[in-house]
Order: sequence, then structure tokens, then C-alpha cells
Amino acid sequence: MDEGRARRRGVSPRLWLAGGWLLLALLAAIFAPLVAPQDPLAQDLMLERLPPFWMNGAEPGYWLGTDSLGRDLLSRLIFGGRIAFIVAFSAAVAACLVGSTLGLIAGYFGGWADRIISRVVDVWMAFPPVLFAILLVAVLGTGLSSVILAIAIIDWTRFCRVIRAETMGQSRMDYVENARIAGYGRIGIMLREVLPNVVPSIVALLSLEMGIAVIVEAILSFVNLSISTDDPTWGGIIAEGRLSIHQAWWVLVFPLITLILTVLSFSQFGEALKTRFDPVLR
Amino acid sequence: MSACLDIRDLSAVLPNGQRVLRSVSLSVQPGEVRALVGESGAGKTMIGKAVLGVLPSSVRIVEGDMLLEGEDLGKLQPKARRTLIGARTALIPQDPLTALNPSRRIGSQMTDRLVRILGWSGEKADTRIRQLLDEVQIRDPDRVLKSYPHELSGGMRQRVLIAAAFAAEPRLIVADEPTTALDVTVQKQILRLIVQLQREHGTAILFVTHDLGVVAKISQRVSVLYAGKVVEEADTAALFAAPQHPYTRALMAATPRYTDPFASLKPVDEAVLAGLASEIAAADQAWRRPHG
Repeated sequence: MDEGRARRRGVSPRLWLAGGWLLLALLAAIFAPLVAPQDPLAQDLMLERLPPFWMNGAEPGYWLGTDSLGRDLLSRLIFGGRIAFIVAFSAAVAACLVGSTLGLIAGYFGGWADRIISRVVDVWMAFPPVLFAILLVAVLGTGLSSVILAIAIIDWTRFCRVIRAETMGQSRMDYVENARIAGYGRIGIMLREVLPNVVPSIVALLSLEMGIAVIVEAILSFVNLSISTDDPTWGGIIAEGRLSIHQAWWVLVFPLITLILTVLSFSQFGEALKTRFDPVLR
Repeated sequence: MSACLDIRDLSAVLPNGQRVLRSVSLSVQPGEVRALVGESGAGKTMIGKAVLGVLPSSVRIVEGDMLLEGEDLGKLQPKARRTLIGARTALIPQDPLTALNPSRRIGSQMTDRLVRILGWSGEKADTRIRQLLDEVQIRDPDRVLKSYPHELSGGMRQRVLIAAAFAAEPRLIVADEPTTALDVTVQKQILRLIVQLQREHGTAILFVTHDLGVVAKISQRVSVLYAGKVVEEADTAALFAAPQHPYTRALMAATPRYTDPFASLKPVDEAVLAGLASEIAAADQAWRRPHG
């Protein structure tokens, strides 16, 4: 009990910090047109490479400075967040649905179902993921939906492997046997008895996967394979920032910080949620 | 009146052909407590699982019949068999820790079965569960029903499982070493509860245990099992007064006595084990011949 309480105390700041950042970023992304101080696409060569607000030569209204075309960095980050979050949520949910379902089936039914699903996962994971993503987007064509689809296609295996292992462990427990004696059907047992016990892991993985999806999207837009180049994306801003690092370091550094904070928050949030969801640890 | 459970010549094998149950026959009369004793690995639990239809997939029944209240389980379609076993039997498991689903509240786990399997209304199931919790002397049913399993002690969990086993009024309960995982003071209370509920409800119990002391206290008849073979079967009183088989005698001699706690424990005699081994080898030979 004492240990449980210590754990709970340890969880809270992590949950609040990670959740707070995500909420802030999410709200900014949703209300981007209202929140962003400038038009993210408006170029003004008179205002190029303005430094962030605390440095000499900063202009009011351009808090994080501007890039080499005079576009407001903060506004571009906020609008880039829209794409990052859309990709994170849709790709992670899609990967989670496919992966968890197959993982449950493989873990619970075992036998042939397990053998087939596990082999497919093994083969799938043999591909280097980023290369696989670039290849998929090249085949599917650039655009938001191809990026989402590519991430889901690559990352469902993460869910599948973990959920399969957890399900196998749970299926051996006596309460599953008890349910069989009572006369429940196999699918009923899988959904009513086993699934609730793997939900904490699913939630943690889902959050982690959102972070991964943000990174993959950034990588794809970094190599110009994400969506149309007009819309600002975090990866795209980083790519531009790399070119002007010696004249305007902020164009590279701020999107990097945003990206790292977001990915870190997703993974911490997932861990914290897992302990929250687990009745034994709670 | 037919037996509540009638097992005839049940044999089961592992994939490598080794027999784990050797022509086991035993019957449980309605309302009777039938003990099944043996060392660990003797196949006691296997028999219980066979009756309840939850044998591990590697174990295959190759011969014999199991009749539950006169219905031949082997002749039923899998679905009908599940329904029959679900409605007429229940299990009191060995380990109350893993026998309850950790992520669901006690209340929903207990009523679920009555509602989904027996088609009772939620209200009726709830009343019934509370009545049973009272019978197993749980004084604060509201708290217990709202709890998750890890919030209850081992003894409480076992009470909950006993209540759940009796709730649907099964005809037969398989109690698989229900007190082994509990500490000694709680064991006694739990045993007393099982016997009390068994009497009140008139349920037949197949009581699997390795503890001869428990056998003497609660059962009417005993089967002694060794290596998947019934070596002796008798009324409990008769068995303790005059054990017939040398293994039974050796097993009794090996039981520690509380009256003389410092006496060294006696293992089962080598000669007895050698005799058993040849007995079993002979039985296997005889069994293989007609079965190729």
C-alpha cells in the first residue's frame, strides 16, 4: 500500500506537466487562426530573420522571430501543430485498432491464428521503419491521408506484439478458466475478461505511438514527402532552419524544442495513464 | 436415482502417448462430499478439469465416459456440453488471487454469470449474491461488491469465490485444494463454510486435496490417487480405520501429527513405491494390448 501511494505521488507531476503541455499545444493547434499572431504564410522581406523577442532588433508581434522569408515563426509552429496532431491522433488510433485486435486474437486463440499473425509481424518488423515510410509515401503519393496511412501500416506491429504477449499471460489466469467453466463463449471471454486487463497497456502504447507518429511525420516533411510545401509543418520548418542556422538559429531550435517536448509529453503521459488505469497500481 | 457424477474408465494421454489418467472410475452421489487425495502430480486436478471441460489442449481423453446427472458429456455437442457444465457445475479454485478478474469489481463478476448464463434479471441476481455473501459471513456486502479483488484479503476472496460457486445452485462443485493458498487459521474457517453451505444447499462436492486431515473431517467417501490411477476407494471412516492398499497406509504414516510435532517426517516407503510402479506398469501393459 505504501509503495502504491508513493507511486501515485510520483505520478501526478509527470501527468500534469506532460498533460499540460499537450493540452496547451492541442488548444493552440485547434484555435490556430485565433491564436497565431500573424499569417503563417505571409512573407515580408523587410522583416526577414528577425530574432526572438528578448534579443536586439526584435519586432513586437513576432515573438519567436521570423525565417529567411520574413514569416512569423510562432505562427508557423502553431499551424504546424495542427498537422502534427491530426497525424498523431489518426495514425495512432488506426495502428492501435489494427494492432490490438490482431494481438488479442493471436494471444487469446493461439494455434494457427497466432502463428500466422506472429510471422507477419516478424516479416513486417524486418523493414527499417523510416525507409518503409518513405517508400510507402512515395507509392501512395504525398498528402495528409497517405502520411497517416503509412504510419498506421508500419506501426500496428508495435501494438500487436505487446498486446499479444499480455493477452497470452492473462489467458492463462484462473479467472479465464472460471469463465470457461461458467459457459461463456470464447469471444465473450476475450472481450469481457481479457480485454479490460490489457487496456492499460493499450492506452500507454497509444500515447507513445502518438509521439512516434509526430516524429515520423516530422521526418517525412523534413525530406519533403509529407504534404504540400505551402502548409507549415514542424519537419518542414526544421528543414528550412537547417539552411539558415548560422544567420538565424531560432528557426531551427524552436521547432526542435516543440517537437521534443511534444514527443516526450506523449510518452510520459502514456506511462502516467497506464498507472492510473491499472486498478492494482491505482 | 442416478449419480450426480459418474466417471467410468477415464484415460487421458499426453501428446507423447504417456497416460496421465489410468482408467479412472469414480462416482459422486447427490449431496455427497467425495474426496480425491493424492500427491502433487497424481492427476487429482486433471480429473477435476476433465469434468469441468477445461483440460489443457495437450491432454487428450482417449477412453471412458463422464456422466453428469446421467447425461453423457462425451456424446453432447461442444456447445450443449458447455451450457450443461455451466449450469450444473462450479469450481472453487485453489488460488483466490488469480481466480478473480483483477480489473473488474467483485459485484459485476458475481452477478454477471447469473445474468448472462442463467438469464436472471439484474435485480434477482443482486439479491441472490447478497444472500450468498451473508451465508459466507461477509458482513459488509456493499463494500465488498464495490471492491476490486486486490482490495480484499485472501480469505475474503475465497469467501467470495465460494459464494459465487454456490450462487447458481449447481448440482456439483469441484473444490480444487480450496484451502491450500490460505494460511492455517483461515483454512479452518473456509473449510467449515464449505461444509456448511454444502449441507444447506445439498450440493455434491468433488473435493480435491493432498491433505488427509481435511479428508477425514469433511468427506463421506475417498478415492486415493497415485500416478493417475485410483489405488483405493472406500468410505472415509473405513479407510481411516483400515486402509487396504499399502500406499494408503504409507500415506497415512507420512502425515505429520500435531500431537508429536518433533517426530521426523516419514517419507513413503521405497518398497511401496516400487510395488506401485510395477502395478502401474502392468496396468499400462494390459491397457496397451487391446488399444494397439
